[in-house]
Amino acid sequence: MIQMRNVYKSFGSHSVLEDLSLDIPAGEITAVIGPSGEGKSVLLKHIIGLLKPDKGSIIVEGESILNLRRSKLNRIREKFGMLFQNAALFDSMNVFENIAFPLQEKTIFSKVEIEDRVKSALKHVGLKDINGKYPDELSGGMKKRVGLARALILNPKIILFDEPTTGLDPIIKRAIHQLIKDTHARFGFTAVIVSHEIPEIFNIAQNVAMLYKGKILQIGKAAEMLNSNHPVVNQFITGSLDGPIQLV
Amino acid sequence: MSAALQFIGHSTISFILELGKMGGFLLYSFYTIVRRPCSPLYILKQIKFIGAKSMFVIFLTAAFTGMVLGLQGYYTLAKFGSEGMLGTAVALSLIRELGPVLSALMVTGRAGSAITAEIGIMRITEQIDAMETMALDPFKYLITPKLIAAMLVLPLLCAIFNVVGIYGGWLVGVKLLGVNPGAYFFEMEKSVVFRDVYSGFVKSFSFGVIIAWICCYKGYFAGHGAEGVAHATTESVVMTSVLILVWDYFLTSVLLQ
Repeated sequence: MIQMRNVYKSFGSHSVLEDLSLDIPAGEITAVIGPSGEGKSVLLKHIIGLLKPDKGSIIVEGESILNLRRSKLNRIREKFGMLFQNAALFDSMNVFENIAFPLQEKTIFSKVEIEDRVKSALKHVGLKDINGKYPDELSGGMKKRVGLARALILNPKIILFDEPTTGLDPIIKRAIHQLIKDTHARFGFTAVIVSHEIPEIFNIAQNVAMLYKGKILQIGKAAEMLNSNHPVVNQFITGSLDGPIQLV
Repeated sequence: MSAALQFIGHSTISFILELGKMGGFLLYSFYTIVRRPCSPLYILKQIKFIGAKSMFVIFLTAAFTGMVLGLQGYYTLAKFGSEGMLGTAVALSLIRELGPVLSALMVTGRAGSAITAEIGIMRITEQIDAMETMALDPFKYLITPKLIAAMLVLPLLCAIFNVVGIYGGWLVGVKLLGVNPGAYFFEMEKSVVFRDVYSGFVKSFSFGVIIAWICCYKGYFAGHGAEGVAHATTESVVMTSVLILVWDYFLTSVLLQ
């Protein structure tokens, strides 16, 4: 369970999160939706301690992640995996080295075991024969899948997905969504997905939270949210130009 | 008036905060060296990048610095009929001052800028964040190998600079201008003492710390986008170069006593 309580975050004079509270249930997929620039990625970075709130509390499995020493924070981070918006692969390492890196640094597996695990992780995300390729030689979809393989390689209990399918073609998009769903069914991790993929995300997530003007406007089961009567949620889901969300 | 005071106050506080942040960065780097030692392979890779790949530029700069010292020194010493002291003049200038300073400036231009750009790009493309989310300390992989390598490599590059520079001076003084070869090396041997060599190495070592510290720091806290990295790279080269010269003055005044 992840709990965020009354979280505030500003960058200079620009306030991003304002009194945000959110409960993410364990073992389920929670999607965070909301207009671009509303702070969804900022929210994810708070959960994993990459950003510190100006005010408020963040509790991961009963432990506050604020004001911790680096070693303690790292102990909590070991529970996490994260897929970044642009995959954030290490560009000086090839695909094999990217996925093997956490294994080499965090486990005592032998070279052969690491090779096997990387091979199986790549197979799991539908990739093969790309071990020696560097990130700049991969397509957007391949990068995301390598990023996903890297995020899953240590079998984390919590996985954060920052727009895992943005900019991908519909087939790859569906494949990645299916992959997240299947992997979740297999490992039962807690997942938080920031996504703009509507309505597809409602088929993957059990819970959906709408972030608007720095707050969680509404949170509920996917089906409830899909039929929400809240004018903002409704406008966002239907993609209507008329309503309380103004473009400018 | 109050706006001016506000500006001065704000700038002073920002400057002090930045200094504190930089100091903390250096202290944490040394702490990481001790508490979370990195793999020797990472250090070797950096020794190759900062040291071995700087050899050509060091060789070239040293040769021409020595040659110009030979030329200038010869005509100055000739006025006093002391051409035989040319070896001493060239060697002392190089070993005490020019060797450490110029080799450090060359490494700053060649490797320091690349270090800032590399770390800066990793910052803006979230690669450093990715490392942190894996519960891995980026300092262990990105900063301390560079710091250790720079501390080891700079004194060695300085030694090469000195030797090549001395032979550059010899080429011009002895081979072109006719200074007695025996006098060139004999006077040098007589005048250069261990303290000179030692002070040069102390300088080089500390310049290695400055280069790795400033260049890594600027990259680690690079601003947004390509412009942020470009700005950080320029700042790191300028700041490192200035700091090398300022620190050189203070160190010289201490070591000469």
